[in-house]
Amino acid sequence: MIWNKLTYTGWGRVRSATAQVARPERTSTLAATQAEQSAPAFGMCRSYGDSPLNDGGHAVDMTRMDRLRGFDPDSGVLEVEAGARIGDIARRFAPDGWLPAVMPGTGFATIGGCIAHDVHGKNHHVEGSFGQHVLEITLMNDGKLQKISPSKGAKLFRATIGGMGQTGVIVSAKIKLLPCKGDIITVTERRIENLDHFLEALDNSQSTYTVGWVDATAKGDALGRGILEEAETGYGLVPDAKTPKTVPFNAPKWALSNPIVRLFNSAYFRRVPEEGRTSVKPITEFFFPLDKLLAWNRLYGKRGFHQFQCVVPVAEAAVLRIMLDKIGREGLASPLAVLKRMGAGRAGLMSFPMEGYTLAVDFPNRGAAEALIAELEEITKNAGGRVYLAKDATLDASPIRSMYPDVAKFAKIAKEVDPDGHYETDQTRRLKIRSHA
Amino acid sequence: MTETWIILGATSSMARAFARAVARNGAQVLLAGRDMADLQASASDCALQGAPVAEALHFDARDQATFAPIIERATALEGMINVAVFVGSMPTQEAIDADPSLIAGTVTDNYAGPAAFLQMIAPKMEERGGGTVAGVGSVAGDRGRIGNYVYGSSKAGFHTYLSGLRNRLTRSGGHVVTVKPGFVDTSMTWGIEGMFLVASPEKIAADILTAVEKRKNVIYTPGFWRLIMGIITAIPERLFKKLSI
Repeated sequence: MIWNKLTYTGWGRVRSATAQVARPERTSTLAATQAEQSAPAFGMCRSYGDSPLNDGGHAVDMTRMDRLRGFDPDSGVLEVEAGARIGDIARRFAPDGWLPAVMPGTGFATIGGCIAHDVHGKNHHVEGSFGQHVLEITLMNDGKLQKISPSKGAKLFRATIGGMGQTGVIVSAKIKLLPCKGDIITVTERRIENLDHFLEALDNSQSTYTVGWVDATAKGDALGRGILEEAETGYGLVPDAKTPKTVPFNAPKWALSNPIVRLFNSAYFRRVPEEGRTSVKPITEFFFPLDKLLAWNRLYGKRGFHQFQCVVPVAEAAVLRIMLDKIGREGLASPLAVLKRMGAGRAGLMSFPMEGYTLAVDFPNRGAAEALIAELEEITKNAGGRVYLAKDATLDASPIRSMYPDVAKFAKIAKEVDPDGHYETDQTRRLKIRSHA
Repeated sequence: MTETWIILGATSSMARAFARAVARNGAQVLLAGRDMADLQASASDCALQGAPVAEALHFDARDQATFAPIIERATALEGMINVAVFVGSMPTQEAIDADPSLIAGTVTDNYAGPAAFLQMIAPKMEERGGGTVAGVGSVAGDRGRIGNYVYGSSKAGFHTYLSGLRNRLTRSGGHVVTVKPGFVDTSMTWGIEGMFLVASPEKIAADILTAVEKRKNVIYTPGFWRLIMGIITAIPERLFKKLSI
């Protein structure tokens, strides 16, 4: 059977969709599904909100098309099918001295998803976004294959990177891997006492990989305290990454209640000694720390959770204090909050990154969470920043034009290749992205 | 030690997972099937996963002329020759009821074709004094059920064939593993209702590889199917004939 009626969700599990889903294993079967019904593609559904969802419609699960198609050890160019997972590629190539140039926080993200959201990693300030390392995309639109690149079909290429699948199904891509010294990583962790200290430390960091964990429950003088992690790849011998464990069922509501999160965060902060520490780990433990716990989204219980992620320009760093203050007061934050310095690198019309600071915070889906997120979205917009569509499930349609100034250009290109809106998703409908054409 | 795995029906998801697993162990792989473009893609994947030789070869269970070139290619490579049989087809019982001539093709795909191939390659394996055949049958072959008995009987025939081949190859140091998977999450079962306890192709591939390493004779995968089928085969026929399970 081609189509299978399924109910599925994004990683945050707040929004769900029931759709007719195809899961092709070969290009020929993908073409057959698309000839019958053009439909948006999704991968591992690691996006938090509704970007993979198409409620009441059709969708294509690309996870079975995950093969490595070719690798040139001189240039580091890898050709790979869209359903392949970034962590598998890292594990395969790191021992040979190559890594995906950009890796998001989970190794379960697929190549197709990394392109469609133009994801960034802990080295964004150095290497830019994922799309900047994509040399060619094989796109299926209307059942036909075409190869696009910065030199051939450049317009469509720029609309496909970060384009949330609106230009067709990404079938495979050529990506340029980055030389690395080996498959271990040296990580230096330091305590950061407050927000000013954090911004300064992020600005001054000389490391290739930098990321900050923020205690989003801290208030007053400790507002914005956290841990700065700086890392470099290297060669050496460390024990293999441990086999991941699974969260077997939905956690009860109190599991991530405010007192428990506060306790956890304080312990997590003190885990790193006052003078800091340096340790050596398998690369995957640094890049994909949460992948050690499979189905960790169940910790938020059956109602799920939201992740708010924004980026604000450097000059507007002061709004981060306002945001963290609001978050601390509401007492809704989970242990997961991340602060990072972003460079200017972005490859698509709808790419998220901008030069500035990006803050990501998880909130269990309860009480005032959505109202708080709406306030944070408003602050972001007023600061000239933007919300990350890979995480978003709540944004209103109106701020899109100011957050994503190229949305009209994008919508026009999408309309040219998909005049009937077959590739629309719950998210693009909610944000009325395609209506800007 | 160099070894070669010939994989028949290599476009199936179980076969793909198995090919990847043996490629990671450094085996040479010959991927045999009908969709050459797809096999080529899998071959490039296997090569990058660690297979020193990874080639796509044409194989059609219903066309014995396609067998000899594969056997020739395998014998041209050094080391033990192993064969994993994933080839098969499963028309619905309703389709067969409507057109009984489908039975011949089903039997060829699931039994007669792969058995003829194995019969041709067995002497080559004996010459090299070893090698393993992993033959994928089905739990459906353990008992004829109303919903699936043509498919089931072709797999039962294949099981019996594998048992005899095991008896033969063991004399020259070779081995045969009969693999009986339960429900597997493949394109063949995608969207079919009534599936339960569905296993991933990767899980099946890992189980097959373990069985090959430990020289198991007959495995159920996932393992709990041994229990389920133990119960199903224990039901007396006078009762079973009235059931529709």
